[in-house]
Amino acid sequence: MDDLLAARSQMAMSLAFHIIFAAIGIAMPFLMIIAEWRWLRTKDEIYLTLAKRWAKGAAILFAVGAVSGTVLSFELGLLWPNFMGYAGSIIGMPFSLEGFAFFTEAIFLGIYLYGWKRVPPRAHLFAGAMVALSGALSGIFVVIANAWMNAPTGFRIVDGKPVDIDPIAAMMNPAAFPQTLHMTLAAYAATGFVVAGIHAFMLLRDPHNRFHKAALAIALVVGGTTAILQPLSGDLLAKSVAKTQPVKLAAFEGQFQTEQGAPLRIGGIPDETAGVTRYAIEVPYGLSYLAYGDPSATVKGLNDFRRGELPPVAVVHVAFQVMVACGVAMMFIALWSAWRYVRARRKETWLESKWFLRALVAGGSLGFVAIETGWVVTEVGRQPWIIHGVMRTSEAVTPMPGLIIPFITFTLLYIFLAVITVWLLLRQVAASPQAPEPIAKEARLAA
Amino acid sequence: MRLETIIAGVMVASLVLYALLGGADYGGGVWDLFAFGKRAREQRVLIAEAIGPVWEANHVWLILVIVILFTAFPPAFAAIATALHIPITLLLIGIVLRGTSFTFRSHDVQRDDVQRRWSLVFSIASIITPVLLGIILGAIASGTIRVENGVLSTGFFRSWLAPFPFAVGFFALALFAFLAAVYLTLETQVRELQEDFRARALVAGVAVGLLALIVFVLAEKGAPTVRAGISRTWWALGLHIFTAVFATGAFYALWTKKYRLVRVCAASQVTLILLGWAFAQFPNLVEPDITITSAAAPPITLELLLIALVLGAVLLFPSYYYLFRIFKTPQSGTRTQ
Repeated sequence: MDDLLAARSQMAMSLAFHIIFAAIGIAMPFLMIIAEWRWLRTKDEIYLTLAKRWAKGAAILFAVGAVSGTVLSFELGLLWPNFMGYAGSIIGMPFSLEGFAFFTEAIFLGIYLYGWKRVPPRAHLFAGAMVALSGALSGIFVVIANAWMNAPTGFRIVDGKPVDIDPIAAMMNPAAFPQTLHMTLAAYAATGFVVAGIHAFMLLRDPHNRFHKAALAIALVVGGTTAILQPLSGDLLAKSVAKTQPVKLAAFEGQFQTEQGAPLRIGGIPDETAGVTRYAIEVPYGLSYLAYGDPSATVKGLNDFRRGELPPVAVVHVAFQVMVACGVAMMFIALWSAWRYVRARRKETWLESKWFLRALVAGGSLGFVAIETGWVVTEVGRQPWIIHGVMRTSEAVTPMPGLIIPFITFTLLYIFLAVITVWLLLRQVAASPQAPEPIAKEARLAA
Repeated sequence: MRLETIIAGVMVASLVLYALLGGADYGGGVWDLFAFGKRAREQRVLIAEAIGPVWEANHVWLILVIVILFTAFPPAFAAIATALHIPITLLLIGIVLRGTSFTFRSHDVQRDDVQRRWSLVFSIASIITPVLLGIILGAIASGTIRVENGVLSTGFFRSWLAPFPFAVGFFALALFAFLAAVYLTLETQVRELQEDFRARALVAGVAVGLLALIVFVLAEKGAPTVRAGISRTWWALGLHIFTAVFATGAFYALWTKKYRLVRVCAASQVTLILLGWAFAQFPNLVEPDITITSAAAPPITLELLLIALVLGAVLLFPSYYYLFRIFKTPQSGTRTQ
């Protein structure tokens, strides 16, 4: 493994690890404050138990997220010093804002997690809302910086150096809005689904547990709503990619030939040497229509881009297909949930279907699969550039030799953290609170 | 005053706050390892309660230092991150292990052997991380990170694998341990625990003094320009006098058990030490080639960053104050217990 590949692997691994905790850090506080708000409104203890137990799990995830985020902010320089030296003054702004958002998040998180008995209930709820808000803002600022790498604006290049720097224009880059929208929705959808999956699993074992029903309902509302909206934001983002990075769009679709009225390919395996994508189901005119709003629009194929500027097509295409498939499946699960709720005569029965719960369990991890593959799509799809069209990844890498050593070290460290985190969370989930429904309780007494 | 100087000042201020707040959290980990006697368990519990609600927020001061550095002074960040790749990587491992083991410990099985295992990871990481932080700062001050035509010419070991940076590393550790012991005397109403940490503060205070001396001696060869700044300039004498006053004040107040006064003196002492270093190195960001001005981003970036820092501070400080008011004022309940 050469040093460039080791650096890329370390960055990819660090991001892939952190994104899970970051997404949960955005969405979990929102679920927690809904539960807590329900408690304040209804005085039903079950919601308080729920908020507290979610908070307990989230505490572990937050800590891992905070430190793995720190690693990333240093790794920008450790692995890509030339990138930071070049771009720091252009794109440091959103990182600085993110610093403050993270600060706010950490402060109110401390109050939220440790302040149950120390602050009044409304102040506690407020602290939770601040965590939820600043968590979302943190994510948005970081994604803005990433969007700039895809669609760099706010500077001119003279003699290989950036001049006329405008950090605001850099933040307002054309990819910023669609990318932040897509990622923020993804965080809520993925977290909502994974939480729903866990509580659905517990309900299958303990069907009348009100605690899990309350938890499942909140998680499904948040995860389901965002999962239904997500395809729309995905469409918006794809249209933006078509404009700013047409080569990436061609890689998404495995589109090798420049084509008028290009088809949308579902599945398929791109053969990069032969320049064809095989075994795909083709929807005629689909790509031209989706990307440009016109079924007869011309889509530029990979063969017509410069050879040295193509991303690894097969990886990008397959990752894109997996992401879209997960998103579509989640949307259907969300619609099914909505339909079940509307159709249910007595509202408390809408969660009482073994097959429905099983589907939720099966779909629990889809959101995170979509997030991971989505980041593969956007990052690998940008290669060989670190700043699209401006700086190659190979120009950005540190001269430090032996990068395989930190790569392996961090990989082992993160595997260790992942194992411990999962184990601790499983322990918490397994300690399911007893909360039988009134009817069930009477039945038990009668028996 | 030039814009970049103001921003460099904010960066130093963040670093000072990181040392005073985040540093003390690491110091807590040191005392976790050295918890002994019949109150060892109570000491550990006190440390955990003191750190728990605030460590993540305190940790963000370091992130702030880094984002200011790479936004306002990108070439300096690039040079530091390249030359000090190895100690920074080790620092990160320390940061990761400290934070996670602390959290894992409080959520894992409350069985003694399990808890002891996490405590060990937590406390060792709490010791190694400040040493590495000191090594990094010492290397930056040493004048051995040389950049010629944008290319690092001094390799990946020379600048930090030397006596001076290591001395600074242990000095940082002693300072953090000292701060933590001082703060912990105010975290409890239990007299015996206060005594425990008072004794630890005295020991750490002596270590701070000895290591300060060692750092100063080694600086003659290890960081000549910075040492010249500290020993020969007009402001240096005043600085030394004030540092000495606060150091003596801290010992006096410890001896007479005026814990609030100790806290003020100890914090002032640490602040002055860091400011002294910053002034001695001024206007160099990385000795001796990279200055604040030569590394500065264009004015528009600096202006916007300064606006963001001011607005951020307006939001941040009230929240931060609120956090500390909630968790750092003694509760009526704990007093009676």
